[in-house]
Amino acid sequence: MSPLVAILIRDMRLAVRIGGSALMGALFFLIVITMAPFAVGPDLALLARIGPAILWLGALLASLLALDRLFAADYEDGSLDLLMMGKTPLELTVATKAVAHWLTTGLPLVVIAPLLGLMLNVDLHATGWISLTLAAGTPALTFIGLVGAALSVALRRGGLLLAVLVLPLTVPVLIFGVAAANAAVAGSTPFGPAFTILCAISMASLVLGPIAAAAALRHGLE
Amino acid sequence: MELWADELACCRGGRQVFQGISFKVPAGEALIVTGPNGAGKSSLLRMIAGLVRIAAGRLALHGGATDAPISEQAHYLGHQDAMKPSLTVAENLRFWARFLGSGNDIKAALDSLDLGRLADLPAAYLSAGQRRRLSIARLVAVSRPIWLLDEPASSLDASSQARLSELMRNHLAGGGLIVAAAHGAIGLERARELGLGTS
Repeated sequence: MSPLVAILIRDMRLAVRIGGSALMGALFFLIVITMAPFAVGPDLALLARIGPAILWLGALLASLLALDRLFAADYEDGSLDLLMMGKTPLELTVATKAVAHWLTTGLPLVVIAPLLGLMLNVDLHATGWISLTLAAGTPALTFIGLVGAALSVALRRGGLLLAVLVLPLTVPVLIFGVAAANAAVAGSTPFGPAFTILCAISMASLVLGPIAAAAALRHGLE
Repeated sequence: MELWADELACCRGGRQVFQGISFKVPAGEALIVTGPNGAGKSSLLRMIAGLVRIAAGRLALHGGATDAPISEQAHYLGHQDAMKPSLTVAENLRFWARFLGSGNDIKAALDSLDLGRLADLPAAYLSAGQRRRLSIARLVAVSRPIWLLDEPASSLDASSQARLSELMRNHLAGGGLIVAAAHGAIGLERARELGLGTS
């Protein structure tokens, strides 16, 4: 079995074991979406109109939730040292960790989004399209966050630094994700262009994220 | 094969830890690094492992089997054990065996450190000495010619220390080399010594 498959299996196993991060993101997403109607009030038309934006904001915050542990846990127990001593290029190693992270924390958000959309009075057909935009956009959130996770380990600062570093960089993902989701729900603007740009952002971050994260980890060597 | 260092210097956090360190370790021999706390023993080992930047000087491996960097031909046994508490003993070791790359049998490695009975226990339940033995099992499961050992005998009982000495002697006899940081004896009769921070 190749080293990368070994990392994928190990990280997914860690995420679903006790103390893992797999369910936390989905639960956090559920709670944020549940709070929204209480904050906005019982205006069903308003909820349906801002529903896609709230789903996207919830998914953005939920996908950042467990990200700061992505390298910090490996740094604290010495695993990161050994990961850097493998024969696999560090870029591929960190990319595989990010894939495992998305499969265990990003994918569940995509799956439960249609159900949560119902709580925001978005009809089931439209939430399917919103899920599609989340499926295209959440990998970008993970791979942009990957850079922040590597930097926060390299700089020996945890948690909050990650959110401060990463959230501004996710603005384009949010803009085009919500634009595509709104287009799918309201139908007043075309869905294609925004969705295509969203996919492009994901593709670019898939390539650039691991390179930047590996550079940050190497630079943090001391 | 020979590990060769010339006038190595180390800077951490803007502070000079050591400088002008030169040594040679041929295959089949061990180098014991000694010195007071803070002399840079761990930094030297991490530097050879490629985990600390070389501030000045040169470090090379002559006559190795491949041209791979030293970090890919070395095992680093640090103070942390790199084992995940929620995975079982066997899962932890199997992951490192696959990631660091080898076909060696992890069962034999666990048995050689008397951990075979604990294979299915989550690593969270291991004692400090058992965790240490699990880290050492990694060196057995994956064969790499250079062993970098930081206080290898810490938290080991007498019989485990004897077992570790035997593993180290076998490794040396098989043409490997060892660089170890230690305060006391680690059970190797013929070993070169390098004193840090004595000047």
